[in-house]
Amino acid sequence: MNDGVEQTRGLSVLDRPNSYIGKAVPRPNLDRLMQGRGLYVSDMTLPRMVHVVFLRSPHAHAKILNIDSVAAKAMPGVIAVVTGRELADVITPWIGVLTHLKGLKSAPQHAIAIDRVRWQGEAVAAIVATSRALAEDAAEQMSVDYEELTPVTNMRTALDPATPVIHADLGDNLAFERNLDAGAIDKAFSDSDEVVEAEFVFGRHTGVTLEPRAVLADWNAGDRRLTIYQGTQAPHMVQNISAKHLGLEEAQVRVICKDVGGSFGIKVHIYADEMATYALSKLLRRPVKFVADRVESFSTDIHARDHVCKGRIGVNKDGTINAFEIDDLTGIGPYSMYPRTSAIEANQVVNLVGGPYATPNYRARARVVFQNKNVTCQYRAVGHPIACSVTEGLVDLAARRIGMDPVEIRRRNLIRDDAYPCASPSGMKFEALSHHASMNKLFAMMNYDALRAEQAELRKQGIYRGIGIASFIEVTNPAAAFYGVGGARISSQDGVTVRLDASGSVVCHTSITEQGQGSESLTAQIVGSVLGVSMNRVRVILGDTDNTPYGGGTWASRGAGIGGEAALQSAKVLRKNILDVAAAILQAKPDDLDIVDNAVVDLVGGQQRIELHELARIVYFRPDTLPPGFQAELMATRHFVPRDYPFAFTNGIQASWLEVDPNTGFITLLNHWVVEDCGTLINPQLVDEQIRGGVVQGLGAALYEHCIYDERGQLTNANMADYLVPMSGEMPDIDIGHVMSPTMETELGAKGAGEAGTAGAAACVANAVNDALAPFGATVTEIPLTPRLVLAALGSI
Amino acid sequence: MTEPVAVSLTVNGERIDAQVLPRLNLADFLREHLGLTGTHVGCEHGVCGACTVRVDGDIVRACLLLAVQTHNAFVETIEGLSDSGEVADLQAAFCSRNALQCGYCTPGMLMAAQDLLRQNAAPDRAQIREHLSGNYCRCTGYHAIVDAVEATVLARRGEQP
Repeated sequence: MNDGVEQTRGLSVLDRPNSYIGKAVPRPNLDRLMQGRGLYVSDMTLPRMVHVVFLRSPHAHAKILNIDSVAAKAMPGVIAVVTGRELADVITPWIGVLTHLKGLKSAPQHAIAIDRVRWQGEAVAAIVATSRALAEDAAEQMSVDYEELTPVTNMRTALDPATPVIHADLGDNLAFERNLDAGAIDKAFSDSDEVVEAEFVFGRHTGVTLEPRAVLADWNAGDRRLTIYQGTQAPHMVQNISAKHLGLEEAQVRVICKDVGGSFGIKVHIYADEMATYALSKLLRRPVKFVADRVESFSTDIHARDHVCKGRIGVNKDGTINAFEIDDLTGIGPYSMYPRTSAIEANQVVNLVGGPYATPNYRARARVVFQNKNVTCQYRAVGHPIACSVTEGLVDLAARRIGMDPVEIRRRNLIRDDAYPCASPSGMKFEALSHHASMNKLFAMMNYDALRAEQAELRKQGIYRGIGIASFIEVTNPAAAFYGVGGARISSQDGVTVRLDASGSVVCHTSITEQGQGSESLTAQIVGSVLGVSMNRVRVILGDTDNTPYGGGTWASRGAGIGGEAALQSAKVLRKNILDVAAAILQAKPDDLDIVDNAVVDLVGGQQRIELHELARIVYFRPDTLPPGFQAELMATRHFVPRDYPFAFTNGIQASWLEVDPNTGFITLLNHWVVEDCGTLINPQLVDEQIRGGVVQGLGAALYEHCIYDERGQLTNANMADYLVPMSGEMPDIDIGHVMSPTMETELGAKGAGEAGTAGAAACVANAVNDALAPFGATVTEIPLTPRLVLAALGSI
Repeated sequence: MTEPVAVSLTVNGERIDAQVLPRLNLADFLREHLGLTGTHVGCEHGVCGACTVRVDGDIVRACLLLAVQTHNAFVETIEGLSDSGEVADLQAAFCSRNALQCGYCTPGMLMAAQDLLRQNAAPDRAQIREHLSGNYCRCTGYHAIVDAVEATVLARRGEQP
């Protein structure tokens, strides 16, 4: 497989002297964050700004009989107390469906609940006061009469006739169902030497962004414009949606996204309380700020996963995998989230199971059901951990059944590296993947054979260690296939404008956003490389719908692949424009010139001809000296979206080495390895850190993180003391390796890497635990893998 | 106890006199009254470490301390440690190692890391991980942070990282 760009293509515009591509240059603008001089929404204040606190339902399912706000309105500092019915005059409700997910249904959702609440934490009133503390004081004086209703909490019985229907108008609690049948599945199973089945359970967890969701909405009645300061991954989406539901034109809404304290998919959605904050600002004609506290974060930030997935695999004694079959059930809370919907994850699970393997026979059913719990929706690596855990769990179980090493069964079944382009049984198109090259690299990095020997030796001493491996494919660089085709007004293209200013520096405006991944850095690296300008003379502006091209933002691992390509293409145009000016000034041909180190030089010989700041000085201040009729254009814009493939699939493989204490059930992570193929590496350090961060979020899901509801629909661990997040003391070092298969769909060749770590981490931890428990004949197929689960599997409790 | 109370304290070397409500915590006092927004609020119950500041030389959770408790105290925040240059080498190591992504945990992480290095001139990776286990980072996975602190340890000891 490809080990570098050069092997698959000739020299590109990026292979220039002093190119920043492929170099681990430090990110610009980190000093601000390290000195505490960032500007997160939670830091912001505006004149006449007031704070909103939402009174939230203590019940998972109840009718609202009466809301008494008389006492609250009399409290010091209180500006207004607003109910859902009152706010409905300002903002219209929404329904979270997409047309390409056939049959997906949901009910109208209001910014603040009217008449009925459907999860514990849903807002029933807004209390606006001059400070958050005074608003909280007033919230305590609110009196709401509820009539409790039976909550739907168990997704396994959500479709039973005896279970109450959460939205009577919908008829039942089934939000979405998809069935897929590819190949000759029944024959494949009946022809198999062995068929192995298991039920995999995935708990709910959530993003726990360190900065909670925060919004500052400022309706200026004077210019009839709403400015929304929000830590969001998709500013133009927020602009479109807020305008639509407030009855405004898009041009009347400006979304500004400064520093964002963590996102991970949590901040790519628009929440009811955020909609309410926009509406309150319009209603009250002044800036209104909402900052979720940690309890609100746990009970209202989207949750993720919550699947029960039955899986079957058919395998021959020689290791050939004949068939995969899954039956996935997932609970999404009482509404399909808007505007991205909560059915995308189940759809992804259907798309991705079996994805790395050349197995043509595949049957899947996915059902998505409503519950009286917080809404679930897209979170880092949508559907991937489920699909990977089921696939790789089944492959390991099959290997154990036929007595084959887990490496060997993968070697015999992973799609060959020379098989591309090809498609999966679920219709996913693969341009170029590198499963075998990646696996070989991984085994070399981890020294697999030595580890197996060490494992065997330690077992004799009563030390139980396990090796887990997980191969995976990852969806990145999505075109319109996720949302646009379903009618959602979420841009899948991104755009970049580049401008040479009068001092010879470059300003870029990009529609992708920065939440710490390094969007600014990769944009500056690409533009600087293409233009021959030092990176410290490139400034990147993002996160402002008034001042950036229209685009999708940063989600689904698309920033580098799509936004990066737009940056490359716009810089190429500006480069041409600069050389045209230089040729006019120098009476040369543009093709004979180049730009290197902030100056125009002769292409041959490299002799410096004119510095960029001098060229810009002439263009801006002495255009009269340019030839008649020549108009210099030192600004260019280009947009990009992939067209040939709806997604740029990447692949990777992870391995975990861990120890299980059979007496306590505790799991200690010892080492973790990842090999990832995300095409061109723009900044290897940033890619590695994306992968490491993603791995740890996957490890959290595997071992600790769990939103635990009781049978009444009460979230019982909505705080950081009870909801466990990985900390540095229990995390291992994580070694990363790369194989590079650039996508030919772009000149840049970059695919996404932001979710790869999360995609495979839980699967390989689960496989490692089961490997460690193999001497006991115990198997666990549920995450988080708590000590209780381990001890139960061992029969100790 | 709902009347404001007079407090006098030193924040980053600057004398502060203020009237504060007894229930006001130090994090909100620093952020909202003094505009020192580098001290971040993540969990408001002493778990995440984003609000870590130094009071009379010891690191504390600013969300668990009341502003009135800092009367006559010497409070240092990330702005102070940055301006004095005390953590400049740590910050440089964090930058070159990309030991931060969103940066929200970073002020607290730097306060905690500097606290470790003041107590122990030669911590190993396990000790670094242990000491930083009160500070959540959701972005990096910690590996880079441990690398950056380890590099600073070596540099301060005059060794090559």
